[in-house]
Amino acid sequence: MEHEAREVLLQVKDLEVTFGTKRRPFVAVKGVSFDIYKGETFGLVGESGSGKTTIGRAIIRINPTSKGEIIFKGEKINGKISRELDNRITQQIQMIFQDPMASLNERAKVDYIVSEGLINVQKHLSKEERESKVSKALADVGLLPEFASRFPHEFSGGQRQRIGIARSLIMEPEFIIADEPISALDVSIRAQVLNLLSALQKEHGLTYLFIAHDLSVMRFITDRIAVIHKGVIVELAETEKLFAHPLHPYTRALLSAIPMPDPISEKQKVLEVYDPSCHDYSVDKPKWSEIEEGHFVMANEKELAEYRARLLD
Amino acid sequence: MEQEVILSVKDLNVKFSLRGQVLHAIRGISLDIYKGESLAIVGESGSGKSVFTKNFIGLLDKNGWVDSGEIWYNGMDLAKFKTEKEWANIRGKEVAMVMQDPMTSLNPLKTIGWQIEEAIKLHQGISGEDAKKRAIEIIDDVGIPEPERRYKQYPHEFSGGMRQRVVIAIAMACNPKILICDEPTTALDVTIQAQILNLIRALQKKYQLTTIYITHDLGVVANVADRIAVMYAGDIVEIGTCNEVFYSPQHPYTWALLSSLPQLGVKGQDLYSIKGTPPNLFNKVRGDAFAPRNPKALKIDFLHRPPYFEVSPTHKARTWLLDPRAPKVEPPEHIKNIRNIRAKQEGGAQ
Repeated sequence: MEHEAREVLLQVKDLEVTFGTKRRPFVAVKGVSFDIYKGETFGLVGESGSGKTTIGRAIIRINPTSKGEIIFKGEKINGKISRELDNRITQQIQMIFQDPMASLNERAKVDYIVSEGLINVQKHLSKEERESKVSKALADVGLLPEFASRFPHEFSGGQRQRIGIARSLIMEPEFIIADEPISALDVSIRAQVLNLLSALQKEHGLTYLFIAHDLSVMRFITDRIAVIHKGVIVELAETEKLFAHPLHPYTRALLSAIPMPDPISEKQKVLEVYDPSCHDYSVDKPKWSEIEEGHFVMANEKELAEYRARLLD
Repeated sequence: MEQEVILSVKDLNVKFSLRGQVLHAIRGISLDIYKGESLAIVGESGSGKSVFTKNFIGLLDKNGWVDSGEIWYNGMDLAKFKTEKEWANIRGKEVAMVMQDPMTSLNPLKTIGWQIEEAIKLHQGISGEDAKKRAIEIIDDVGIPEPERRYKQYPHEFSGGMRQRVVIAIAMACNPKILICDEPTTALDVTIQAQILNLIRALQKKYQLTTIYITHDLGVVANVADRIAVMYAGDIVEIGTCNEVFYSPQHPYTWALLSSLPQLGVKGQDLYSIKGTPPNLFNKVRGDAFAPRNPKALKIDFLHRPPYFEVSPTHKARTWLLDPRAPKVEPPEHIKNIRNIRAKQEGGAQ
């Protein structure tokens, strides 16, 4: 990927998402900032409850934000926006959900599931146009056009996830948020869906935000990764850089937990466990700092010095 | 080294009746499980790995039955067991099971202390204060901090990883000889997954347990298994020690499973994926069940079911490729040398 003329597609600035009541607020995501470049696959990795899905949902306007800005192609898309922009965003940003068993309407036929978004946005579409778009979307994800008249229960997990992908593709989006698209799938099906996603990216010039907890999959598919812990991004870098030089102790713990298909080294492996009390932030507050080009980490001055020394090794 | 066999399965056939048709779920499996070992059973969903182990604990669904074969444990043939009364002596006490989803396998209305004690009272015959003491011991054993406070809490007060520890505690409360873990970590985060696997291994050492892991992810078992059995379409197609299966896999299906691991994938290239779907077990399977999905299948694979060929005394596979008359087919390049894959990837990244 070229470093010079990279166009920023989506910019998240100091994002905060709060749940709960005014009197007892719960801040799920705080001070999150990152850019996503056009055509790249940006990974967001963290444990359950870390707020990674919340960020995805905030971008697609499902969760309201309480602070900060989300800028898509130069326009602010969080908070109050015009109806026309809202329509445009709905079409240009799409989401693929985690559980293909739960995210499809059991009582609707595939034809309706896939074209539901179209019906809402392009109201003037004729029946023939709609049907041809559906069969094209199905063909794109490797399903047969005659599947359009079937119900979700007739499909296997992998096929259902393909329907989920077809449903977002039909809107001709530029940006797709994939929220754990493969965690509910069998290993062999995972490979198929991952391959499909990267083929579609090439074909349609898509940009992905890929949300997952499994770093081994992330390494394979993403260009850059942000690691999120308890609503705060602790480290962000190009994928290979992050794997070669993980700095933040949480990133290191995540990396050490990846199971490898190699019994000898796996049986000697020492698991790193992350303990947040290892940071002493009482005086010296942590900052979001760029430690080397494109490699950001959340750390205070003392830790930054340590990390720099480690990078020189 | 001669190992003591704790459970011996002989030519087991299990069938289900579904919508008036008969499904042949387990197609003649023979397997010896040794005392104190940890065996991993790996396969896709629908390969019969769960059904196979459910026979050891009498939890086969109502529409299923053992068609033929024997399961010997402690001088008893479990395959002949009919009544719940017979099973009561085995289930929990001898063989216990940890289910996949810790969110649904606990009773939300009872404290976890109550749930663990229930198992202790039932199986160890102790009650009152003693049972409570034992329960707290076990909670401590499975690595839950502050056992006394946690004893009084309800499942909703626990995180997913902690709940899975509670489920393991309940299984351990019966002092089983064999612990079956059915996808124990699939619903959990990666860091928690590693911790739970470590826990099961530690318990295994401490209590000399025999553990059986069921999983669809070969990547997970490298750390925990002594032996690996690869299942496909209701049959074990390859079995060997952990090192043998990872470093010199023989069956094309094992190759395919290994190839599709994202850990071994090369960025920018397509990940290997297994084409097609597993065979329909309502129909009679002819030849090697994996042949239709194997691009390099031989002609004989479609005609005759391969026997087991021995690679070493501990390693055997059901594939015609091992027949002396078979042409030489090499496993895919990138799984030939997976030793030190992590070191290599890190080296390559710098």
